[in-house]
Amino acid sequence: MDAAPVPRLQLSGITKRFPAVVANDGIDLTVMPGEIHAVLGENGAGKSTLVKIVYGVVRPDAGTIRWNGEVLVVDSPAKARALGIGMVFQQFSLFETLTVAENIALALDKSRVGRELDTRIRETSTRYGLALDPRRHIHTLSVGERQRVEIVRCLLQTPELLIMDEPTSVLTPAAIGTLFGTLRRLADEGCSILYISHKLDEIRTLCDRATVLRAGRVTGNCDPRRQSSADLARMMIGHDLPHPQHRAAAARGDGLLEVRNLSLAAEDPFGTDLRGIDLRVGGGEIVGIAGISGNGQKELIAALAGERLIDAADAIVVNGIPAGQLDAAARRALGLCYVPEERDGHGAVPEMSLEENALLTAYGQQLVTRWGLIRQRAVGAFAQATIARFDVRTAGPGAAARSLSGGNLQKFIVGREVLQGPRVMIAAQPTWGVDIGASAEIRQALIDLRDAGVAVLLVSEELEELFEVCDKVAVMTQGRLSPVRAIRETDAEELGLLMGGSFVTSGQPPSFATRDPP
Amino acid sequence: MMISLEARSEPSRLMAWASPLLAAAATLVAGFVLFSLLGKNPVDAFFVFFIEPVATRYGIGELLLKSSPLMLCALGLAIGYRANVWNIGAEGQLTIGAICGGGLALWLPQLNGALLLPLMIAAGAAGGIAWAAIPAWLRTRFNANEILTSLMLVYIAVLALSYLVQEPWRDPEGFNFPQSSLFGDNAMLPLLLPGTRLNVGFLLAVAVIAAGWLFTARTLAGFRMRVAGLAPRAASYAGISTGRTVWIGMLVGGATAGIAGVGEVAGPIGQLLPSISPGYGFAAIIVAFVGRLHPLGIALASLLMSLLYLGGEAAQIGLELPSAVTRLFQGMLLFFLLATDVFIGYRLRFRRNPGPAAAAAESLAR
Amino acid sequence: MIDHAITLFALTLAAGTVLVFAALGELVTEKAGVLNLGVEGMMLVGAVGAFIVADDTGHNWLGVLAGTLAGGAVSLIFAVLTLSLMANQVAAGLALSLFGIGLSAFVGLTHVGHVVDPIAPLAVPVLSGLPVVGRLLFGHSPFVYLSLVLFALVQWFLFGTRAGLILRAIGESPQSAHAIGHKVIAVRYAAVAFGGACAGLSGAYMALAYAPMWTEGMTAGRGWIALALVVFANWKPSRVLAGAYLFGAVTLVQFQAQAMGVAVPSQFLAMLPYVATIVVLALISRDATAIRLNAPASLGRPFHADT
Repeated sequence: MDAAPVPRLQLSGITKRFPAVVANDGIDLTVMPGEIHAVLGENGAGKSTLVKIVYGVVRPDAGTIRWNGEVLVVDSPAKARALGIGMVFQQFSLFETLTVAENIALALDKSRVGRELDTRIRETSTRYGLALDPRRHIHTLSVGERQRVEIVRCLLQTPELLIMDEPTSVLTPAAIGTLFGTLRRLADEGCSILYISHKLDEIRTLCDRATVLRAGRVTGNCDPRRQSSADLARMMIGHDLPHPQHRAAAARGDGLLEVRNLSLAAEDPFGTDLRGIDLRVGGGEIVGIAGISGNGQKELIAALAGERLIDAADAIVVNGIPAGQLDAAARRALGLCYVPEERDGHGAVPEMSLEENALLTAYGQQLVTRWGLIRQRAVGAFAQATIARFDVRTAGPGAAARSLSGGNLQKFIVGREVLQGPRVMIAAQPTWGVDIGASAEIRQALIDLRDAGVAVLLVSEELEELFEVCDKVAVMTQGRLSPVRAIRETDAEELGLLMGGSFVTSGQPPSFATRDPP
Repeated sequence: MMISLEARSEPSRLMAWASPLLAAAATLVAGFVLFSLLGKNPVDAFFVFFIEPVATRYGIGELLLKSSPLMLCALGLAIGYRANVWNIGAEGQLTIGAICGGGLALWLPQLNGALLLPLMIAAGAAGGIAWAAIPAWLRTRFNANEILTSLMLVYIAVLALSYLVQEPWRDPEGFNFPQSSLFGDNAMLPLLLPGTRLNVGFLLAVAVIAAGWLFTARTLAGFRMRVAGLAPRAASYAGISTGRTVWIGMLVGGATAGIAGVGEVAGPIGQLLPSISPGYGFAAIIVAFVGRLHPLGIALASLLMSLLYLGGEAAQIGLELPSAVTRLFQGMLLFFLLATDVFIGYRLRFRRNPGPAAAAAESLAR
Repeated sequence: MIDHAITLFALTLAAGTVLVFAALGELVTEKAGVLNLGVEGMMLVGAVGAFIVADDTGHNWLGVLAGTLAGGAVSLIFAVLTLSLMANQVAAGLALSLFGIGLSAFVGLTHVGHVVDPIAPLAVPVLSGLPVVGRLLFGHSPFVYLSLVLFALVQWFLFGTRAGLILRAIGESPQSAHAIGHKVIAVRYAAVAFGGACAGLSGAYMALAYAPMWTEGMTAGRGWIALALVVFANWKPSRVLAGAYLFGAVTLVQFQAQAMGVAVPSQFLAMLPYVATIVVLALISRDATAIRLNAPASLGRPFHADT
């Protein structure tokens, strides 16, 4: 007697509508017991919404969920946990000022902080290679360690299905290897894993099956190990990945950004101190800084952009002028423009119109009279020019910034900075959370700047992006910057090593243990 | 039946205008109910409270007269509030302004009015600025919350005034009452409307309102204050210093409140007394909110608040209601405003909650 | 000499107890992430409620109960506005204070000037009669002991129970707490109501034991001082206690100086508590790190469960 195995999880026709968009449109998805199943798609494809439905945070407008063959409604995370579904969110639900044990106790129903819980935490975390000290406060942990807390929190409830939402964006390559080992161990023990990502290489390494989403619909269901990255990319975005146009090293411009032995204590008690940073970005080149978020990038950018002043005025030199004591406005006057990491509330004010957001940093472009009065028409013209030049889809310059999609707002912000004719440009994670089309346009804009002789500094977590765009690269780890190397002379493995902290190139680079393709 | 609040994709322009009107209407209705509960004929009471005070020429003059300090204080406060600088001490800054301006009047009783009055106003503004500088300094230097510090300074200012009119500045011919000498004609603001107490202070208040509008809507500095209030990180990105924002926000509020203080003692009061304001500094906070932090809205809200003051006074005589009824209305108005303001960003959703059988049937059908 | 010292000690405790009730209540509210500036208004509502009920019924403790409930009831207006209707917490708190000041003045008019038999300090048989120790430990107002019990309860609740852990987590990050599945809004409602009840209790204490009487605005800014006290205490209950008694001592200087015939005008002595508050706020707020580690990170920010 051969009974067909019962799927652990089966979604049929799941649909969810929000006021502005249909996030999920008739999605079918099946996960077998012990299977590592990828949900693949670019930003905005609907992956997060789908798994939030599975975890009970969001209710679907239509469709059924079958759990081990039984139709049921998951109406809250507590219900999901009771069923045996655990979820590790992309944004951690952790409480910084509380301890590991307290954080875990909060997520386990009816659990008390105490010696018994401590023991369980120690045992489980060690067993899966994610050792944790229950007494430590979360704010003392690195990002990778914090993810361990999230995972152990789920594991203590012996889940039958573990959902991971973009888990590797905060990990070094070595830590990714550890994580994959843990996940395989769980799968071997019979736990199913739903793995959300847009990283094609990882999915091909780790997962048994993949469901590809685009614009809320399923566009493919396959075994990722048998597909090439190009095939998967095509299913994800519907056409081939665009490649930016990259001319050879252009004429040297006169823009110059120098950092000399910059050391700075972090203001935020949970931040990273900078130690002895040396850097030089000349005109006509793009220098990239690789590294996982949380290693001092925020502090470095804040110091470079002038949002934080430093005592040693000549630790930062812009176009030959000591700039350490100059604020952001003064540095802008020297020709330094900057695209911040966050759009909402930092690069742009969401409630204000695009015109007003143009005025935010471009006031030096003849937009204000000598007496401080705003030239309304000039502001409008500048905003309109930005919208036109950078293909920003919007109702008009009077539209509120928050009415734009992430990609379009980012294009506006980048365009606003570019149109100020900078000699030095700093871009921090400029394509984070942006759809592939807009990302390509933004990367092209940076290359165009470089070709025009501007000195460009690009800080990015995505190694792919750095290899595409940069001429030189350095790695930031724990507040220190590695020596800069030409991009052609290095590769992802070496950068990965550097991200782990060793500034030495030699020996066997670490690699992910791969499953043999059948 | 489930009622829930659903975020709007864009704030409702209609509600932004309608909300203060709805709140005012709700307050009037509540007043109606209150009068009935107190055993007064609601229609009569309504008339006495809201209509009669402004039915005469003198009444209109009083309405405009009382709206001046409210407009002045509220405008200064609003510029700060827009930048997230929470000056709650306008009442204290008003008091110190009155002390400085009034002190000048007592010190130079012979000086020509054309010279004295502008000096008094300047002194009042300076006093208010100095008093507001304390919380500004404490905030920028020590990161101390300006709400609490500016408030503590109110109590200190009122005590200082009480001391002055009781001891050093007490009118020697005042029968030992705690009050200063009456100011001479040279220290009194000229009247504007014969037959009323309305003085040129009103014109000054209107001018300040206009200047405030120009500042907020048309200057880069005003724009930067708005950015600081909406998105502090964007402000630092744009090179807007938090410190400067705090100083401007507090000092502007102090200056206008100080001028309002001089307006009172050089106007309807005519001397220094232990109490020179029926809480204008606090009422101005409400005016600022009801006026949407916008100069035109503030002007209109000042008139409404002024009416509430007049009504309270009229109700004391005509309805034998206590003067505290004014403060009751003020508090209610702000409560209603906060409630109606919700609908700018959110809308009501009525959702039918189907029974479990219906839900299961729904999903099986797919 | 010792007698005098004990009297001062007792007066300090009595004065500080007003602040202990109000500040502990506000501390719980703030630990859940809600900033309620309406303490002054809630205290006055509690005071007038307690006084009226005690005056009319003749039962003082019934008045205390009424005052406590009144404070809690009026705090719910604030709760509805800020927790369900997403209103700005600063504005709503100010509104509550103004409204409470006005409402209490209005309602209490008919009872101004009335005299109530105040709740007397304890007189424990035998123990209170002991020399020195008797008055030191056993001769205080029942409210003083009540406030110490409240302190113990709050300390145990916040740091020794799961419910307290959940409340602290909600104050730290309501989004995370919500994601895990805790009922953020419900807990915050409870925290606000508790704060309101404590403020009401504080007012009742003033009206029926400390003052004891009813006049308009009789709290004279103590509600605001209580708010400052929570900041000064770095959101720790034990420091609230210490700070409250410190302020109690400061208010005492006023009366001591007058009694000793010091030639400073009374108004300047009356300024002392307010000046002290300002100084204390300045000193404590400087240390940004300590504040970040102890202040509830979400304090004052509205929370809407986005689904």
